[in-house]
Amino acid sequence: MLRLPPFDFYTPGSLAEVIELLAGEGPETRVVAGGTDLWPNMKRRHQKAERVVSLMAIPELAGIEGHNGELRLGSTTILDDIVRSREITERFPALARAVASISSPPLRYMGTIGGNICVDTRCTYYNQTEEWRRSIDYCMKEEGTICWVAPSSPRCWAHSASDSAPILCALGARVEMVSKRGDRILPLTDFYRDDGIDYLDKAPDEVVARILIPSDSDSARCGSSFWKLRRRGSIDFAVLSVAAAVWTDDGNRVTDARIYLGAVGSRPLPVAGLADCLEGRLLSEETISEAAALARKTATPMDNTDFQAQWRGVMAARYTEAALREIAGLDPRGLPPQHLL
Amino acid sequence: MAEPSDGKQRDESLDLPGRHIGQPFRRVDGRAKVTGTTRFADDLHFPRLCHLKLVRSTLPHARIKAIDFSSAADVPGYLGSLTGRQMPHPFGILPVSEDEHALCIEKVRYVGDPVAAVAATSEEAAYEAALRVEVEYEPLDTIDGIDTALAADLDRIHDYGDGNNIHKKVSMRFGDLEAGFAEADLELEDTLFYEGNTHLAMEQHATVAVAEDEDRVTVYSSTQTPHYVHRALAKVLELPPSRIRVIACSNGGGFGGKSDVFNHEIVAAKMALELGRPVRITLNREEIFYCHRGRHPTLMHLRTGFKKDGSMTAQHLRTALDGGAYGSYGVASTYYTGALQTVTYDLPRYRFDGVRCFTNKPPCGPKRGHGTPQPRFGFEVHLDKAAEKLGIDPADLRLRNLAEPGSVTANWLQLGTIGLRRCIEAVVAGSGWRERYGRLPHGRGLGLACGSYLCGAGLPIYWNHMPQSGVQLKLDRSGGVAVFCGEAEIGQGSDSVLAAVVAEVLGIDLADIRLCVADTDLTPVDLGSYSSRVTLMVGHAAHQAAERARKLIAQAVAKRLEVPRERLIFAERRVFDAADPEKGLSFEDAVTVAEAKWGTLGTTGSYIPPRAPGKYRGAGVGPSPTYSYSAAVVEVEVDPETGLYRPDHVWIAHDIGRSINPVLVLGQVEGSVYMGLGEAMMEEQAFRALPRHLSSALVHKTPSLLEYKSPTFHDMPPVTSYLIEDPDPQGPFGAKEVGQGPLLPVPPALANAIYDAVGVRIDQVPIQPQMILKALDEKSRGRQARYGPKVFPEVDFGEILRVLTPAEGGDGHALNEHGEKKAHGMSGADGTMSSRDEALKDKDGAVTTK
Repeated sequence: MLRLPPFDFYTPGSLAEVIELLAGEGPETRVVAGGTDLWPNMKRRHQKAERVVSLMAIPELAGIEGHNGELRLGSTTILDDIVRSREITERFPALARAVASISSPPLRYMGTIGGNICVDTRCTYYNQTEEWRRSIDYCMKEEGTICWVAPSSPRCWAHSASDSAPILCALGARVEMVSKRGDRILPLTDFYRDDGIDYLDKAPDEVVARILIPSDSDSARCGSSFWKLRRRGSIDFAVLSVAAAVWTDDGNRVTDARIYLGAVGSRPLPVAGLADCLEGRLLSEETISEAAALARKTATPMDNTDFQAQWRGVMAARYTEAALREIAGLDPRGLPPQHLL
Repeated sequence: MAEPSDGKQRDESLDLPGRHIGQPFRRVDGRAKVTGTTRFADDLHFPRLCHLKLVRSTLPHARIKAIDFSSAADVPGYLGSLTGRQMPHPFGILPVSEDEHALCIEKVRYVGDPVAAVAATSEEAAYEAALRVEVEYEPLDTIDGIDTALAADLDRIHDYGDGNNIHKKVSMRFGDLEAGFAEADLELEDTLFYEGNTHLAMEQHATVAVAEDEDRVTVYSSTQTPHYVHRALAKVLELPPSRIRVIACSNGGGFGGKSDVFNHEIVAAKMALELGRPVRITLNREEIFYCHRGRHPTLMHLRTGFKKDGSMTAQHLRTALDGGAYGSYGVASTYYTGALQTVTYDLPRYRFDGVRCFTNKPPCGPKRGHGTPQPRFGFEVHLDKAAEKLGIDPADLRLRNLAEPGSVTANWLQLGTIGLRRCIEAVVAGSGWRERYGRLPHGRGLGLACGSYLCGAGLPIYWNHMPQSGVQLKLDRSGGVAVFCGEAEIGQGSDSVLAAVVAEVLGIDLADIRLCVADTDLTPVDLGSYSSRVTLMVGHAAHQAAERARKLIAQAVAKRLEVPRERLIFAERRVFDAADPEKGLSFEDAVTVAEAKWGTLGTTGSYIPPRAPGKYRGAGVGPSPTYSYSAAVVEVEVDPETGLYRPDHVWIAHDIGRSINPVLVLGQVEGSVYMGLGEAMMEEQAFRALPRHLSSALVHKTPSLLEYKSPTFHDMPPVTSYLIEDPDPQGPFGAKEVGQGPLLPVPPALANAIYDAVGVRIDQVPIQPQMILKALDEKSRGRQARYGPKVFPEVDFGEILRVLTPAEGGDGHALNEHGEKKAHGMSGADGTMSSRDEALKDKDGAVTTK
């Protein structure tokens, strides 16, 4: 079987200890929580580490709590606990649905929400063993020079693989990071960069401590939906996801709308032009179709995961339509087989 | 004692109610499997065990210039290395294509081809050392598919075969084809494609080799064919077979993927002998995709003549197989894409042309259904189209064309019982076909298809006159019966079948039986768990051995009790007088009496399949003691806007002859449906080439359980199974096979259901949603409502072998160059056997397998 290479492993018991351990460290020191991303990546040798620092022995990093309506998710909160949290299923049902769609039950018992928002970008040329990658002379993301998805491209096209990220972006979540150099909070949308390699605005010495979801995105005020496309009813990463959040006034006219597409770009992609399209209008067959067309334009599916890329673009429109129809209380016409949700 | 049974004189057993046979008894290895006490090869531990790792090629096609171990040797724990030069003898499962080496010597032929090996004291060290082995290559042309393989002027992967990168060409004609087409009212042509896919057994291949004393080695392995592994080891290691012991551990699934001899098995044995200590290797999942031997990607062209009433007048089938880098079972696979086309429906005239190509990919071989799911998909989709054109219901078209039980087909296969009519009737009734087919709302559809399969290949894969299966019994005063047999349990339940047959005949419990299987030192030869042969062949051999033991015991007991031998009943662990059941002995006492009378007790049984009527070159592939039959209906829901679809229900009926254990039979039926749906919906052993001007790489696209898509629980629809029981005189207690046949109707039934749902033909599998969208788009533009391959490549199949059909007065031999019968007709009993030898010996056509 594939084995982990040797490394030094640390299990500090407090956040203060972690910060101290990470101070001044570079990319050869990595943080691990549930390990469902890092360990397989290290076994395949496309992520490397000399030192790995676990966050799982730090009680203060886990937990779900409300604070003046804002929801605070500790970064090492186990995914399965999020799915089972009444606070989340009732107040942020689309987030619960997105997290419930991550991989399979055994991985949701191990994986954490902080790990999921930081999950490495993926690509068919990258998520392979050392020997396989030697056979293509590696790729731009690790040890090589060419992005085989688009060989003339100066950038890496690995795609965002987080199921929670698109919906958290749509809900206006912020991320709180701590380090010896100081704490900072930034909108999750700014946490992600449009580059398959340098995909996070996070330094090696920084630890994601919490994710903050504003009260304004509570289901009492905001309609939200999440649709995930994958081959099978479990296990698979998304090949496309659509996360939508819509705010309306008393007359059901849209006051704000955000749609983020997952797995069709190196970060969760905001659907461009959505505000102009929807604001001040009712969610109707017509406006929903227009929004779906915008999603189709936004999506940049590449041939770097399962399913034909062009068809994933078609599906970006269909799933956007379905997500908005669901929010509008319409039958999500052309509902795909249930198990794909 | 050793005269082989031909399986023909057992009719009396067919109708007996069984104490075990036909009952849903718990499988004999069930408790160990679910409690984790079964020891698979990877579970074995020995003192001083060390670890082996193969260094695999990173180029698809290249000459090996140099191999440097100097950096690898610096890894702490490194013990030693091997290269191909230390094992120069070639091997291969078929004598006609022994084209593999334990480690590559001159060339590598696909990414993953093993080129060197290292051993170390830990698995981590072995892996690290393997990464450090430096191999210098000189690249050669990459042959990436059938078209490139057919092209001239490219580097050849092997220096044998039928020209360019063609491994094997076959062309045979049974009967006057043109006369058949001339009679036809409708002539239909179709081109279809079946993508390659792999077995995906849960257990990864593992081997432990233990150096015993001087020059002896024991090899524990996950293999379906310990006997063939034994032979190959003797050859490559240059040791007498008596110094090699092969033990097949319980296999965590095989499906044909463990029926070749593999590099790692030979290298582990060699390394153990070199180091003088035990060596283990367990392949990782990626390496399993490189071992492969799975379904051949196959392009097909069918041309069939039909009369207005739906009867068929002639068929011409052409197949082109992408074989990958080595021969494996490929010659047999090629024949199998044509051989079983005739056993389901009456096909009076038939022509088959097949070509297998070498490409720079992991070798293809036998996977569940070996070579037949591809043409079966083609045939059954083709029939669905014919039914529509003829205005005949697809179920009726098949019912009208059923082959005649006991008949000999146009290509000289002897058929046995045929339960296909009852199979079709069962799924038609169960699915509500008569009321619902063609009448469901847009987006929902039903599709029907059938299939049939071997119950054991008629011939062994190497030429010999010996039994294909042997069983030995040892009985003693303990009352226990030890059963020795070379069969390999691969999860299918063969151990349970073996035990049940012996227990049934001797009237004892399964708990009284101790099995010793798949050990070349201790057990009589059985050829292995492939070609759906085990229940039938091991069943017969076990039956014979048990009958002989029963006879010995009965004679002794009859004398002791002073009861006529014929009146003795063996049941309930007793031997007693049928006329006075109180009068009898416990089985233990009965054996004691027999042991006192005869001395130490032991019996043997063996089995050779009946001789096949075909005598032409290539007639060795296709014959079987009898054939199983299946029919399936799939109901599907299709979303016309996205092309996404979901099978909602599968009804499947299987002609099992007689179930030895209906629970195991149902397990095989449902497992086959699952595997068939996987192949039809998503599974692909697909490869990725990079832009030519930048790289000659050719890599497996998805060599992992995550990215090689196979259905999960969520994707599996409910299945309603019907077991059609009509005991076949050729099977033990009337049993036929079930391990492979039920897969066959599933892919075409799905494709046919999609047509019923949305009116488009998808003439290839797996069926991807974008194909349905594309076909719907074509349809909306008034073009052909179809997605699939358009052309079959131009291939010169060479000289056609011509054979008269039975109806034309043929004798099973090919015609000579003047179109005349060859002078073969006068052979007596001895002559028939020599014809059989001819078929066996013939180097072009004489091989057979799963």
